[in-house]
Amino acid sequence: MSLTFYLLAALTLAGGLAAVLLKHLVHCALAVTVAFAGLALLFLQLDAQFAGFAQILVYIGAVAILIVFAILLTRGSDLPKDGVFSKTWYLGLVIAAGVFAVLGWAVLASVRAIPQQDVVPTVTVHDIGIALVGRYVLPLEIVALLLTAATIGAVIVAMHEKERAK
Amino acid sequence: MTTPLAGYLLVAALLFAIGLGGALVRRNAILVLIGIELMLNAANLNLIAFWRFGPHPEALTGMMFAIFSIAVAAAEAAVGLGLVIAIYRHTNTAELDKIDRMKG
Repeated sequence: MSLTFYLLAALTLAGGLAAVLLKHLVHCALAVTVAFAGLALLFLQLDAQFAGFAQILVYIGAVAILIVFAILLTRGSDLPKDGVFSKTWYLGLVIAAGVFAVLGWAVLASVRAIPQQDVVPTVTVHDIGIALVGRYVLPLEIVALLLTAATIGAVIVAMHEKERAK
Repeated sequence: MTTPLAGYLLVAALLFAIGLGGALVRRNAILVLIGIELMLNAANLNLIAFWRFGPHPEALTGMMFAIFSIAVAAAEAAVGLGLVIAIYRHTNTAELDKIDRMKG
């Protein structure tokens, strides 16, 4: 476990915590961008360059911008009068803590069994491209169809409602 | 101490719990979506970590799973935020406590 890992993990978790806890929605969007960036750096630390750069492009480049747009379009920058947390916040806290306890216990209980190869995988973008159009060509096509359908669907859902013909 | 993979798995578990807590605790629909994104990202971190430390990384299985997961998450974010905007137009609020009628 290197110092870099601890620093990146701390950055990611701090970003996530801030995104969940901050009051202003715009600050939350900025914090979640920090968390996304930390995750991309963790991917790079794991020698998964392609996934790391895809994470930067998709999450920081697209999803974060979408979130900012949604906040501005729904006037989320105004603070609500009756607090930002729901009335049953303690229940959510208990559930989240319980889930983390179970997951952490499962990880720590299986420390001996989990694999730990220390060979750095030599995977180039060329290999990924060949795999994408070879073994994974059907999932690739399905994802393309899904992205098209999702884009059209999102536009139709968010489009301004016209006077309905009765 | 723990192995590197266990460290990554613990970070992912903590991030997942943070996202779940955010999705359950916040009132604003956009914050719930942010929580869901954090949970998806935690799952991706698990996939990449298992790909890196598991046997046969040259088979690219975990990496491909993570890449497809990122693509599906992008579609999910677009549709989810579009729905939030549509609901805001209809009810003039994005607070989930106030959206309590099925009939518009």
